[in-house]
Amino acid sequence: MSETRYTDQHEWIRLDGEEATVGITKYAAESLGDVVFVELPASGKAVTAGGEAAVVESVKAASDIYAPAGGTVTSANSALEKEPSKVNEDPEGAGWFFKMKINDMGEFAKLMDATAYGKFVESL
Amino acid sequence: MTMNNQGRPSGAGEAFPAGIATISGDRGLDHEEPLIFELGHGASGVDFPDVKVADDRLGGMRRKDRIGLPGLSEPEVVRHYVRLSRMNYAIDSGLYPLGSCTMKHNPRLNEKMARLPGFGDLHPLAPQSATQGALELISQLMNWLTTLTGMPAVAMSPKAGAHGELCGLLAIRAAIASRGETRKRILVPESAHGTNPATAAFAGFTVDEVPAKPNGHVDAEALKAKLGPDVAAIMLTNPNTCGLFEGEVKEIADAVHAAGAYFYCDGANFNAIAGKVRPGDLGVDAMHINLHKTFSTPHGGGGPGAGPVVLSERLAPFAPIPLLVVDGKGLRLIEDVKAPPQGAKPFGRMCAFHGQMGMFVRALTYMLSHGRDGVRQASEDAVLSANYILASLKDVMSAPFGEGPCMHEALFDDSFLEGTGVTTLDFAKAMIDEGYHPMTMYFPLVVHGAMLIEPTESESKASLDCFIHVLHTLATEARAKQTERFAGAPHLAPRRRLDETAAARKPVLRYKPPQSFKEAAE
Amino acid sequence: MRYLPLTPDDRRAMLARIGAPDLDALFRDVPKAALAPLTAFDLPDTQGEMEVERTLSKLASRNVAAGAAPFFCGAGAYKHHVPSAVDHLIQRSEFLTSYTPYQPEIAQGTLQYLFEFQSQVALLTGMEVANASLYDGSTATAEAVLMAQRITKRGKAILSGGLHPHYAETVETVAGLFGPMVRGAVTPGTAEDLAALIDEETACVVVQSPDVFGLIRNLKPIAEAAHAKGALLIAVVTEVVSLGLLEPPGAQGADIVAAEGQSVGNGLNFGGPYVGLFATREKFLRQMPGRLCGETVDAEGRRGYVLTLSTREQHIRREKATSNICTNSGLCTLAFTIHLSLLGEEGLTRLARINHAKARALADRLATLPGVKVLTPAFFNEFTIELPRPAAPLVEALASKGVIAGVPASRLLPHDKSVQNLLILAATETNTDDDFAALTAALKEIL
Repeated sequence: MSETRYTDQHEWIRLDGEEATVGITKYAAESLGDVVFVELPASGKAVTAGGEAAVVESVKAASDIYAPAGGTVTSANSALEKEPSKVNEDPEGAGWFFKMKINDMGEFAKLMDATAYGKFVESL
Repeated sequence: MTMNNQGRPSGAGEAFPAGIATISGDRGLDHEEPLIFELGHGASGVDFPDVKVADDRLGGMRRKDRIGLPGLSEPEVVRHYVRLSRMNYAIDSGLYPLGSCTMKHNPRLNEKMARLPGFGDLHPLAPQSATQGALELISQLMNWLTTLTGMPAVAMSPKAGAHGELCGLLAIRAAIASRGETRKRILVPESAHGTNPATAAFAGFTVDEVPAKPNGHVDAEALKAKLGPDVAAIMLTNPNTCGLFEGEVKEIADAVHAAGAYFYCDGANFNAIAGKVRPGDLGVDAMHINLHKTFSTPHGGGGPGAGPVVLSERLAPFAPIPLLVVDGKGLRLIEDVKAPPQGAKPFGRMCAFHGQMGMFVRALTYMLSHGRDGVRQASEDAVLSANYILASLKDVMSAPFGEGPCMHEALFDDSFLEGTGVTTLDFAKAMIDEGYHPMTMYFPLVVHGAMLIEPTESESKASLDCFIHVLHTLATEARAKQTERFAGAPHLAPRRRLDETAAARKPVLRYKPPQSFKEAAE
Repeated sequence: MRYLPLTPDDRRAMLARIGAPDLDALFRDVPKAALAPLTAFDLPDTQGEMEVERTLSKLASRNVAAGAAPFFCGAGAYKHHVPSAVDHLIQRSEFLTSYTPYQPEIAQGTLQYLFEFQSQVALLTGMEVANASLYDGSTATAEAVLMAQRITKRGKAILSGGLHPHYAETVETVAGLFGPMVRGAVTPGTAEDLAALIDEETACVVVQSPDVFGLIRNLKPIAEAAHAKGALLIAVVTEVVSLGLLEPPGAQGADIVAAEGQSVGNGLNFGGPYVGLFATREKFLRQMPGRLCGETVDAEGRRGYVLTLSTREQHIRREKATSNICTNSGLCTLAFTIHLSLLGEEGLTRLARINHAKARALADRLATLPGVKVLTPAFFNEFTIELPRPAAPLVEALASKGVIAGVPASRLLPHDKSVQNLLILAATETNTDDDFAALTAALKEIL
């Protein structure tokens, strides 16, 4: 049973058992424009909640991606190296950025669920 | 993620049907032009005898392979580059309203003077007795720069504005170190040009952003609150990047100095105040001057520039080598960092040799031509023209600080385009079809969809009136949702919109010859 | 005021539209105390073109141009013949007075020549990718060291003793903030042992070839030594015409090439503006500073060019940029490209051979002078001689006799007693037999 949460920085995090997958939301991908390059974290990298974890580049901008919760990166989506367009095509599926193990489940639980995030986006 | 609110389309978009197809692919005076590599065929554009040389004094490092350069005759090369030139917009062809770039007229006298053999054909390491005229020129230019800014000293060697910023920050760093202190933080307004925080990082500092107030001015209270024993300097642009003069600048400077820090001023907007206001009177410690902006040295398609840095009493001792001194024998460059003149503690060297002499000649020629009264008049006309544009367009284009007055540039945002389906980008591209280079777009970042217009003093009133008429009409049409002009613009330039996404995803950065049959068969 | 089109009537009309009573009203945000009267500026008033030309010409005539005397200075700036077509073409309005090509649809002229330039530099240096130029060779070298520090995440840089001292000082000033800068021994005429200085903390080794004394270096063994310890090799070239005759750094294992392009298309100009060449391997592309021009297509499928990978640069990445650089060398870059297009493969090859032949002839003549020793066994167009007495005063004396005899090594290394008697001389295609005769005679007389 997987569970997806959202940050107010437009990252999503989907928990499947022990491992969580992180990416950016459809709203963020649309605002960014065509993604041309993604800088992914290395396996084993320690991240903190709200700390920089990855960088996504469009032609005119570079945006930092923050880790939704603290933990350790276990793998990154190397398919994005050849096809950064996946982030635009399927940001909440095949366009995932990296997987991680979460240290403190409390940080995960604090995040918005789909409904709350939907309301948050509307308010922007 | 940090939300990029400047995201905008970077693909090529849709095409419109072309005009009548020609046989050659050229259209009248507009010629398509291949790469020099595709034209080369083994001819040569120079006449050199074929001299044979032995290997014995080449250390075994003689080249074994061909380089792969194309060969053409002189007429072919001339035609190639003339055709390329015709695909460029230029100040000589039309108004260039680029905010913060100061696209003023480039006098040709400057070019003639720079090419006098006594300047152009002079080696930087010739004996100094043989270069006294050059050193005298540099000395006169230094006098103009220090007098106009009211500062006691100037470092001449930085090769561009950003290079000047680095020079200023390194001088500040050295000054702090000489007091036995360590200060790591630099305060930079969020409206600053990207070179400011980039340079601060380059000089080993961390950047702390200061917010802007809704009225476009830096938040002086917030700035003062951030001062402390770990702040090395603030970097302010004045007039600022919204085209406004920071009236509280002296109070800010006093607070900064009281906190033991330094005031770096980005001089990119000096064209608004040259000959009228002296940065030295405002408490500035270091300011770079873009000779290619305020002092008309040509932009040359992106360079070369020059960025000498005026320095306060506090920072003057730390100016980098080379230093120009006068002694019994005449003018002399001190190039030895270990044997500086009395009281000087140069922090090092910014580049080889002495600086952008070619740009010095041009700038001094400009200054002598204008005189102090002409420099002052130029600044006044620049400010007048920008205000004229602001007053003429603010009824149809949204100006966040439209009450005015502005300085030498007028800032608009994209509020007036809301709901029209036309973006700042579309608006700018439609200007191209009207024969204008677009204004600076999406900068400064503190307003949404920024459009920053700097006409300079070089435009006649007739030219300004044409420009105003076109922008006024475009804005009116956009607001009425008449979007035909904007969709897919430009239609009339040598190229339609280019696919920047593809260029970034799959970079092709050099010519690759098509595969030969042999290679393809293998 | 010939450059200012607005008339008093224009100004009145404009103020009326603005609704301001006078110009002072437009400056009302400036504190009264900060407004300086005209008399505060002790500077001359406006002058006509004739007067300005007279003033500048007087200053120019007080300098000895390289073409006005037998001339042998090199040491990082070289006198070559630039074909007249080059200077004529770069002064076309559309090249001279255009801006950075941020609007590619109306800047294809600039963008296409930048693409040609990048291709030429990659070929010349034997590297995979080149940028659209930096300010000059010295700042390019500093940028290369910073880039190596970023890539290897190490701070130490080894700077060969043969690296131009101005370049070494520039690197120390800028990159020395981020790690120790170690200088190799100064050994004119021989290659010092750099391998011994490389360790696991070394980000890069910086070697110039031909070096400041003119010596051609073999970079291969240094490349191997550097790579063995996880460091990068930065190759520096101050005389690019040498690449017409010598093995390119890319073929010798260089990871980054930083070069001065002044020799091609650009005059001496008393030290600037020049043009920095910068090339590296494909895998380091995203760490490369400076502008990049890339090929793409427009909405109608036609090939075109754009500035690309801008996210590395200051205007986007701000404090995380790979460099703070904003301008490139623009017109100097164009002059380089045009001159190299006129030369072509055959022209550059012949030019390089002529330069080497001239330098050999000069070296042979000087070697016959009593007390003069040629120190450089392998050189391109520049070499070092040892004189029986300090070189600097001799050069001054020769200058007063109308011969510009070269650059005394002490000018570049004022504290190194061992180089006091050394003179660095360059000979290019612009030197004649008369020049050589004049130099030899003057030296003979003075020694």
